[in-house]
Amino acid sequence: MPWQRWCRAGLVALLLSNSALAIDPVELSDPALQQRYRDLTHELRCMQCQNQSIADSPVGLAGDLRREVRELLESGKTDAQIREHLRSRYGDFILFRPVFNWRNAWLWAAPVILLLIGLAVAVRVLRQRARLAATDTSLPDDPAP
Amino acid sequence: MNRFLLPSGLFLLLVIVLYVGIQRAPQKTVIPSALLGKPAPQFTLPVLGSNESFSSASLAGRWHAVNVWGTWCPECRVEHDMLLRIADSGTLPLIGFNWKDDDAAALRWLAELGNPYSVVVADRDGREAIDWGVYGAPETFLIDDRGIVVHKHVGAMTPEVWEREFLARLPRVATGRLAPDDAARSVGGLHAGATP
Repeated sequence: MPWQRWCRAGLVALLLSNSALAIDPVELSDPALQQRYRDLTHELRCMQCQNQSIADSPVGLAGDLRREVRELLESGKTDAQIREHLRSRYGDFILFRPVFNWRNAWLWAAPVILLLIGLAVAVRVLRQRARLAATDTSLPDDPAP
Repeated sequence: MNRFLLPSGLFLLLVIVLYVGIQRAPQKTVIPSALLGKPAPQFTLPVLGSNESFSSASLAGRWHAVNVWGTWCPECRVEHDMLLRIADSGTLPLIGFNWKDDDAAALRWLAELGNPYSVVVADRDGREAIDWGVYGAPETFLIDDRGIVVHKHVGAMTPEVWEREFLARLPRVATGRLAPDDAARSVGGLHAGATP
């Protein structure tokens, strides 16, 4: 059917145009660098809009930070060095994937601690029930017909 | 009795966590600077409206404040009168950090509204601002005589903020101002040449 073909063509066009629609049209010469640039700019927070990455934000500062990332990449810095470069200036907040440190250790540990509390409570309840069932002779569990 | 101990203990813990969370909620919109307690970034930038450049090294050994502003920033207009009053008080030199701005517009702004700054540097492409972790003007940094960033305020400067967050951090003599020789040193050197 023609309309299906049109839809498919439209979808393909939309997918292909995605890169053209991006805020940042920059293309680095080296494809490997370009990939790292894309990954890095997607995991750094735009400080002005806060829930966008610097890759997605049209704000001026995001553009400046993209330029900074690009220049650091081209000067041969590693991803970790670039993250640290920006973290030391803007703080942990700029990283969408926060690093572990002593200030946020409790946050990282919280799921494990909550799970342990849950397990402890479950064990206690089960034991109590087992004890009750063992000592309780007033009613048979399964009354005979 | 014992069976209520654990739940009420947990409840108390929750109350404490929520209380602290609510108490600190107003500060959450402001992101604390990563530079606090660290040496202020060194820079050499062009002086607004002149061919000279200004190096932050010339500020070594004196308390000063760095105010990030731009003519495109409405809050900067709001705080401008307060900056003029701070400059009049002569407490410490204000360094103007003109961020991603048009030189002509910035000079016009200072001519119209008055110039509270000892010197204004122009960071036209915003490169230097990244070293300072600047994310939105106006921002004001307080730097001590060892060159350490002591405080950063994001948003318009008000008399309350100046009193509570800046003056309170300055070294005091009996009058509540900078030690006289400090103040003289602070204000003397800069007003002379560099002002546009």
